[in-house]
Amino acid sequence: MDVISENLDLWQQGIGFTLLVFFFGGLIALVLGTIVGAMRVSPVPIARAVGTLYVNLIRNTPLTLVFFFFVFGYSALALPNLSNTVLGILAIGVYTATYVAETLRAGINTVPVGQAEAARAIGLPFGQVMSVVVLPQAFRSVVPPLMSVIIALLKNTTVAAGFGIGVLPLLQSTISNSHTRPGTPMEVLLWVAAIFVALVMLLTWLQRALENRWRIAR
Amino acid sequence: MSSVLYDVPGPRAQRRNAILAAVTIVVVAAIVAFVVWRFVLSGQFAATKWNVFTYTTVWVQISSMLLNTLKAFAAAAVLSLAVGFVLAIGRLSEHKWVRIPVAVITEVFRAIPVLVLMMILYYGLPTLGIKMEPYWAVVLALMAYNGSVLAEALRAGVESLPRGQKEAGYAIGLRKSGVMMLILLPQAVRAMLPVIIAQLVVTMKDTALGFIITYHELLYYAKLLSTQPGRPILQAALIIGGIYIVMCLLLSWFANWLEKRTHRSPKNPHAAQNDPAADDEATMTSVIAAQDLGRGGA
Repeated sequence: MDVISENLDLWQQGIGFTLLVFFFGGLIALVLGTIVGAMRVSPVPIARAVGTLYVNLIRNTPLTLVFFFFVFGYSALALPNLSNTVLGILAIGVYTATYVAETLRAGINTVPVGQAEAARAIGLPFGQVMSVVVLPQAFRSVVPPLMSVIIALLKNTTVAAGFGIGVLPLLQSTISNSHTRPGTPMEVLLWVAAIFVALVMLLTWLQRALENRWRIAR
Repeated sequence: MSSVLYDVPGPRAQRRNAILAAVTIVVVAAIVAFVVWRFVLSGQFAATKWNVFTYTTVWVQISSMLLNTLKAFAAAAVLSLAVGFVLAIGRLSEHKWVRIPVAVITEVFRAIPVLVLMMILYYGLPTLGIKMEPYWAVVLALMAYNGSVLAEALRAGVESLPRGQKEAGYAIGLRKSGVMMLILLPQAVRAMLPVIIAQLVVTMKDTALGFIITYHELLYYAKLLSTQPGRPILQAALIIGGIYIVMCLLLSWFANWLEKRTHRSPKNPHAAQNDPAADDEATMTSVIAAQDLGRGGA
């Protein structure tokens, strides 16, 4: 247990960075993903085309390469300096946004067209068709897959360790590079794995709970 | 063209859509222009930056790195399919002592990030006196993770089949293994084929994680190229990125093609019309009902 108790400061830092990348990456992913998802289902052909291009390009690029572009590529453009952490958050946000967009689009498509047609037929304006009829139904079928996207995002934060961002797996090199800190790489990595298993189980439990609560009775 | 979100546009909606289209074009053009402007300003289009890619040796190297990526992908894909089948069958077992450990293994390997698995194999195992090549660390980590994801997909496929399939198998005297091999798994694989191929695309993308544990694959070479004269880091990333996108798109297209093909054959009414022996549930029920009626009449 020395590896935990003697390095408490490092573990705190590691978990802090992981949660930081997770929350802000998730925030960017949700905002950008909602915009791209809206473009993908909009009545404007050019917006649909741009959304499709974005989703297809980024989804077929490995996350490591997206990180590569942001962390190494950004500095080549001679723009104001940003820390690796900020660039990493941008990379993971831009990558995850495509998955959020696809989930939202799939959710909207599960609502039968007849629902919206009926709503329009009884004279509801666009805002009410959306807020009273379409979105409540789409929301229910979006929640479970969106939670899966968020779980994947949490696991993807580990990639940031490969680019010198202080998330949990980076502890392995920090501890083995210092001579005073106790713990072998195996111990550190197994604890990191255990933390992720615990966090993923927590999110999976939350997913099940939300799913049961908002299950559609059709 | 009516969708759940909007009706056929009238004159006002058409005007609004035209404005939205213009705004989209302006915003996208602004972003692209900004990036291109920065590229020009920092001299990214200069010949010295692209010079590396005029050498044959560089392209020979790129193709050997591409081969390394494909080698890791092929081994990981085959092994994870095998592991997926074993874990799926194990989790569907009727024996508790098989089912529960397999379920725990599947859940744990699904929850551990692939990169952490790779690092355990590459940096962790030497602690225990086992030295592992980066290639095997990549392949085994991808095998464990994708194997358990595929196992879940196959299990979901088997469980989505009507119960009558299994019962009919037992009724004609097949054993448990026969029911699984001849009846349940072939149908589950067919139903889950899109998911399986999508997971293989994920496997292909995840081979790029090998870059972090110094496996000599495409991205590693991109990093190496960026230390060449002129420091062409963006150029290397763009070219390697293009190669990845093409590979993944090819696999995705293959998946779509396969999905269309499998959808055409089994339950499509057009195919069924040509096949007099087609026996979906509806026709079987009506045949049985007709027989019962006939017997009742006689």
